[in-house]
Amino acid sequence: MVCEMESDQAEDMEMEVEELSSMWPEDMNEAGKQFNIDRPGEDQDMLEEVTINDDSTIVDFKRLTELTNYSEKGSSQLAYLVKNWEYKQENAVRLLREELDNLSKQQQESELKKLEILEKYQFEEERYGGDKRPISILDEELKIYIFQEAPRKRNDVRVQDKLEIDAEYDSIKYWKQRAKHLDKLLEASAQREQILIEKLQESIENLERQSSPVEELSQILKRADNFLHFVLQNAPVVIGHQDNELRYRFIYNHFPSLREEDIIGKTDVEIFTGAGVKESQDFKREVLERGIPAKREITFDTGLFGSKTFLIYVEPVLSKAGETIGVNYMGMEITDQVRKREKMAKLREEIAVQKAKETELNKTIHITEETMRAKQMLATMSHEIRSPLSGVVSMTEILSTTKMDKEQRQLVNVMLSSGDLVLQLINDILDLSKVESGVMKLEATKFRPREVVKHVLQTAAASLQKILTLEGHIAEDVPIEVIGDVLRIRQILTNLISNAIKFTHEGKVGIKLYVVPEPYPGVKQGSHKRMASDHSKVLAKICKEDKCTSPSHNALDRKGSGGCKDADDANERLMQNGECNYSEQNGASIEDEVVDPIQQETTVWIRCDVYDTGIGIPENAIPTLFKKYMQVGADTARKYGGTGLGLAICKQLAELMGGHVTVSSKEHHGSTFTFILPYRVSPVCDSSDDNEELSEMDNHDTSSEGNDDINSGFFQFQPRTLGSLFSSHNSGRGTKLLENGFGFNTLNKTNGFPVNSHSFPLDSNTSRETGSVEDACSVADAVETSSEPESSFRHTLNSGNPSTSGRDQKINGVFDRRCLASTNSVTTNRDQREITEKIEKSQRSSECSSSNGAKILKTTSKPKILLVEDNKILVMVTRSMMRQLGYGIDIVNNGVEAVRAVQHNRYDLILMDVCMPVMDGLQATRLIRSFEESGNWDTAKDAGIDEEVSPSNSSQGSDESSIKRIPIIAMTANALSESAEECYANGMDSFVSKPVTLQKLKESLQEYLP
Amino acid sequence: MEVGQLQRSFVEYMASLFREGFLDAQFSQLQQLQDDSNPDFVVEVVSLFFEDSERLLNDLTMALDQPNVEFKQVDAHVHQLKGSSSSVGAQRVKNCCVPFRICCEEQNTEACLRCLQQIKQEYLLVKNKLQTLFELEQQIVASGGAIPMVQ
Repeated sequence: MVCEMESDQAEDMEMEVEELSSMWPEDMNEAGKQFNIDRPGEDQDMLEEVTINDDSTIVDFKRLTELTNYSEKGSSQLAYLVKNWEYKQENAVRLLREELDNLSKQQQESELKKLEILEKYQFEEERYGGDKRPISILDEELKIYIFQEAPRKRNDVRVQDKLEIDAEYDSIKYWKQRAKHLDKLLEASAQREQILIEKLQESIENLERQSSPVEELSQILKRADNFLHFVLQNAPVVIGHQDNELRYRFIYNHFPSLREEDIIGKTDVEIFTGAGVKESQDFKREVLERGIPAKREITFDTGLFGSKTFLIYVEPVLSKAGETIGVNYMGMEITDQVRKREKMAKLREEIAVQKAKETELNKTIHITEETMRAKQMLATMSHEIRSPLSGVVSMTEILSTTKMDKEQRQLVNVMLSSGDLVLQLINDILDLSKVESGVMKLEATKFRPREVVKHVLQTAAASLQKILTLEGHIAEDVPIEVIGDVLRIRQILTNLISNAIKFTHEGKVGIKLYVVPEPYPGVKQGSHKRMASDHSKVLAKICKEDKCTSPSHNALDRKGSGGCKDADDANERLMQNGECNYSEQNGASIEDEVVDPIQQETTVWIRCDVYDTGIGIPENAIPTLFKKYMQVGADTARKYGGTGLGLAICKQLAELMGGHVTVSSKEHHGSTFTFILPYRVSPVCDSSDDNEELSEMDNHDTSSEGNDDINSGFFQFQPRTLGSLFSSHNSGRGTKLLENGFGFNTLNKTNGFPVNSHSFPLDSNTSRETGSVEDACSVADAVETSSEPESSFRHTLNSGNPSTSGRDQKINGVFDRRCLASTNSVTTNRDQREITEKIEKSQRSSECSSSNGAKILKTTSKPKILLVEDNKILVMVTRSMMRQLGYGIDIVNNGVEAVRAVQHNRYDLILMDVCMPVMDGLQATRLIRSFEESGNWDTAKDAGIDEEVSPSNSSQGSDESSIKRIPIIAMTANALSESAEECYANGMDSFVSKPVTLQKLKESLQEYLP
Repeated sequence: MEVGQLQRSFVEYMASLFREGFLDAQFSQLQQLQDDSNPDFVVEVVSLFFEDSERLLNDLTMALDQPNVEFKQVDAHVHQLKGSSSSVGAQRVKNCCVPFRICCEEQNTEACLRCLQQIKQEYLLVKNKLQTLFELEQQIVASGGAIPMVQ
């Protein structure tokens, strides 16, 4: 029973110990007896290490005792240790007790025997009257034994029974013997008992000798401590205990530079300073007050160990009474983890942001795509609308030239103006979408800013319906010739000027051009030099151009017009020398120019102000001024009309060219729009411009007048009053202009003009026409007087010349204008342009002056067209179409014939089949282009086409045609073998695909013919 | 026949020519070009087309009959024919020219002959049709009607 109970107890103990094992090293159960079998080698090492680190533990032992005494945890811990010890001891006791039991059993047996014997003895003595009880003392014991364990050890009894049986044979003697024997047995038993007692004594002694519980406990504790050290020594862990005042009583793995006395008995705040210390202290206090364990992450930034983050676990230590008497605290350094975590968080955040951005971007892309598509569609639509609309407008134009009564005319005029507006709007939209979609390409061509300004002003003046003065100032430092996209620049200028005119009711509108040093200050000087060198070249050009119009020059010369005499002399001399002379001189001049030190291109920034004295722009409208479809206000739109796209286009174009547009304005006083653009200034020597260099040498001495013309920095177009619209001229101004050096210019104009008047059958009203034109061109009436005899002289001259020189002149002019407007060719002759302008002017003025003069218009718009086509049917169809379009055509059947035709006649346009027998259209075009560039038919000769010299005209003709470029429109059968690229590459300007339709033909003709 | 009926059948016939692809829009172009100043323009052009085509077809037959076919020459003829037919809007003839030229490029005499055969057929067909059309026109004119414009 006892045994069972004990073993149960032991099991319970074991279980309890096992439950606790998590707190202890695993092999600490069974009361740590297995410490004994620790492998010595490792153990020693371990212990060594532990001893080294021993000092990292600082213990307030007094406190520990207190703790063990007072705190529940401490006492229970102690209790476990004690229980373990007790169990061990009990085990030993149990073993001893078992031994004792055995012994006592044996004793009982022997006692029993003794008793038997005694009984017998008694019996005998009773029988013999004896009353001896020698073992009376034992009686009670016996009774106890009998009572307790009598039934046991029967075997022994039996043996003894046997003995008894053996001994029964004898008498008293036998009994005596028997008694003796029993005595002996008793003695032996007593001896054994003695031994057992000794043994018991010994074992008790042993027991006593064994270690005291305290000793063993402390040993166990020591081992546990060692293990803890071993486990924790390298862990980034701080373990501590603080009392209820939060003073450290114990700390493990303290900061190495702190000594025991620095820590024990102090609080966190007393030890450390810096961020987080207070927080941890407060946290501990909180735990202390609440009595509930808690964890917290605290970032410290102390002077001692820098910035570190600890995860702190604090648990309250409760006394047996349930009061908190301190806290256990455990901190683990997790700085790296926190950093990683933060990094991760940041990354995640970034990813999220990225994703958000991405979706945003996708949205934007989507929207942009949509917008682009919409724009594209708008552009396409506009394009689709433009073609038929231009048909409507041009038909209306033609209609307006026919005979109509007043009402009809009014209606047609409304049609025209609305049509023009829509057309303009569509063009603007197309321009805008071109710029926006990046399709618009800029061309780099040489042009003369002065001319551009002048032309823009002239054009504006011609259509001017108000009493306004138009003027242009060009600073001297603006180069004569610059490189840029003249079309776009003109577009900007025209736009700004027409705006200015639209919003100006009285006063003036003007253009100012000057060089600004932005953005490189060095450029200006360069441009100066450049200008100087440009200068001479330009002079050469002028004189060359004079030659082109030499018949009229000659005429003038003979007439003795003073300023020009020298130049004309030179020209005449050249004329006599003929063409060969030119080429020689050409060579010479090129040589000269090679030595020119300034060859590389420079950039010059030119600022252009377009100012007016108009209604101005309210300040609040300026920011939206350059926005699309924006006008100053709804009133403005209603009053002045317009699309609201003009300025937006100007701005975009300027920006596209690398410049910008700005505006300054004062309401009711006027506005100034300024655009600043960079231009390249080309090197002087540009051998491709051979035409212009031809006679540079000859003309150096003679070109002062031309110089003025080119460099003239001021143009003015005075208002036309209604009365003076056709006739009045301001002689004073004319003189002034002459003084300003317009003399040569004027003469040129007269040169051009007779040509004009000759070619159009306007002879009857020449002077009137001339007048208006001259007015528009700002030529003084002094000139006008000369123009009359001039033209008559021309007549006589021409009458002496059977060929079509006069007409050629005109064609030159007309064609040149086409070049200017469409191909923007650099090689175009300046004076030709002058003439052109005048022709244009005269056409305009004839249009406006003789609004009923449809006849005149018709005769003027009769360009000469050559059709080169081998297919008779196509010829027939095309001719019919041309007739319906109002053009007559010359027809040739192959390339060779085409070249011959060009040698003999001037054409304004060539329609050229590509695939032809004998010579195809591509080659013919190449030959014609080559002639236009070189001025001779050498390449044609090489190709086997001999120039059939027509005596009256050839030299002069070649000379003239060398300066113009005939638009050649290819007629292609299919896009595969006769690709558009091929056409362009061979010098063709455009192409019409076969079968040719009226519409296609009309469109391409409209593009190239006035 | 009554003028109105003639006109109706003219319009119908015209429509069928377009529908069946004998003619294309270019023919309408020709009709548009015809006005009071040249009232027989279409007939003139088409007659020219007949002449030209017959000459070309003859040339082609000859050229392809040679032992050594000059394909360049053949190609030039076909090109001409293509230009002519496309100019009058004889669409099916024109359409035959494209494979013909490819055959020329491949220098395949047999294929060329096949093409020629086909082109001759198409030519004769369109010629018949056009002649019928012109006869109708003449009848209309003869009976004092105006040729209706077909869009």
